[in-house]
Amino acid sequence: MNLSWYYISGILIFAGINLMAVQGLSLLTGFTGLFSFGHAGFMSIGAYTAAIVTSWLGAPFYVSLLSAGLFAGLISLIIGRLTLKLKGDYFVIATLGFGESVRLLFAFLESIGGARGFTIATSAHHTSLFDVVLVNAIGLIVMVNLIHSKHGRNLKAIREEELASRVIGIDVFKYKMSSFFISAFYAGVAGGLFAHYLLFIQPAMFQLIKSTELTIMVIFGGLGSITGSVIGAILLTALPEMLRFLNVWRFVIYGILVILIMILRPKGLMGGQELRLISWTRRLISKRKGGQA
Amino acid sequence: MSQLELKNVTKKFGGLTAVGNVDLSVRKGSIHGLIGPNGAGKTTIFNLITHIYEPTEGEIFFEGKPIHQLPTHLISRAGITRTFQNIRLFKDLTTYENILTACHFNAQYNYLDAIARTKRYRVGEEVLRNNCELLIDILKLNDQRDILAKNLPYGYQRRLEIARAVALLPKMLLLDEPAAGMNPDETIQLLEIIKQIQNQFDLTVLIIEHHMDLIMNLCDRIMVLNFGRVLAEGTPQEIQNHPHVVEAYLGEGGH
Repeated sequence: MNLSWYYISGILIFAGINLMAVQGLSLLTGFTGLFSFGHAGFMSIGAYTAAIVTSWLGAPFYVSLLSAGLFAGLISLIIGRLTLKLKGDYFVIATLGFGESVRLLFAFLESIGGARGFTIATSAHHTSLFDVVLVNAIGLIVMVNLIHSKHGRNLKAIREEELASRVIGIDVFKYKMSSFFISAFYAGVAGGLFAHYLLFIQPAMFQLIKSTELTIMVIFGGLGSITGSVIGAILLTALPEMLRFLNVWRFVIYGILVILIMILRPKGLMGGQELRLISWTRRLISKRKGGQA
Repeated sequence: MSQLELKNVTKKFGGLTAVGNVDLSVRKGSIHGLIGPNGAGKTTIFNLITHIYEPTEGEIFFEGKPIHQLPTHLISRAGITRTFQNIRLFKDLTTYENILTACHFNAQYNYLDAIARTKRYRVGEEVLRNNCELLIDILKLNDQRDILAKNLPYGYQRRLEIARAVALLPKMLLLDEPAAGMNPDETIQLLEIIKQIQNQFDLTVLIIEHHMDLIMNLCDRIMVLNFGRVLAEGTPQEIQNHPHVVEAYLGEGGH
């Protein structure tokens, strides 16, 4: 195994890109109770938006990331208006259809490379590990603050019991739209980071399997847990790399490991709980102090 | 003066008339009972008031304004909320979180306030926490505050559902069989709680119940439904002696 820093930082960047999308999906699936199998679609929209904004308009990196998020979000509002009135399973099917049609649409659009893909100007900014960490840190702060507000609580209420949520005055449709928008925004930004890392994108990178991979990361980490999503995204991105010595068998082992975890911890790694580093360290410190006194 | 008014309200499911031509007038500050055999259309009336069902015909007014066109969440914003016959709590949230969630009206801050943790957010959250503590005290849920709703004993689940409804600071509370499945002790406790919150929060209460002693003790007026139609309406004394009511409950020649 060749453990050069270039290799490791590459894995970390991929983990960070996935984490960005998984954060958003965690809000939608873990906190609002809506499953999506189309978030690779939002990622691809973000990736193409960033690529185009950078290559054709010469926009700076962070502007293109922002427009990637906003454009994916805009599309989510249109899709959401059409599909969020559907009940559970039907919504999932609709997102699945959305993800696939976006991919096919990009494959047909010859002006942006069609199925052959789109190459970003080589002079463009190359996504660094620092970028990925910074964007994820901002994303996490926003997400945690959102979840610990009345808006986050209203989303959880919708996840738990939709009818009762309406009766206590929650505009269920509006909140589902917000959650869908935010998750699409995050996926779009992830797509932007992705495009600027590879500097080449093609529709085949955003297949259904990419969507399911993201959802698996959320479920693996534990629904309703942001720390769980962080761990899930990093672990499951790194795992196939760590298993590389198994050659073709690594995806078999990957699958078996995921199944094992789900059997041993059916509610995911974190089981809806948060890892509270701050309160842990506080408790440790207060214990020490108690010991000295 | 009547606060809630149903005018000639009908609800049909296909060929079945669940509620037919019901007129109901609930006075502000009163406790109004809704009784009748199973399938009489009591819960359907609640579902019509809260717009979970759309009335086939008729109009519903709350404080003089028509509400039968409003979606459910706006009806609760107007001041009407309810509990459910089959309890619908936020099962994986604690008692405290259930109530805190329902308090959300009482703080006005937007997403950006929440993300940036502005003063508006902090003040708002403080208000919500205080409201929540107050309700936990009043409904005596202190020992249950950190227990997940799904793990609460049955009687406490019912009580929490009432607490969650009251957290909205509604003007009118619809209780759908709040004493169902409770033993006599718990029923008496519940009676006290309903009286207390009605007083303290200046509520109008519309209640569906099968425990006759609870209904007769609690209500100012009672409406009796049978097969979706109004059978009788009046004070508890009038209802107890009403020939049609006696007939519906005990059968013909039952007295």
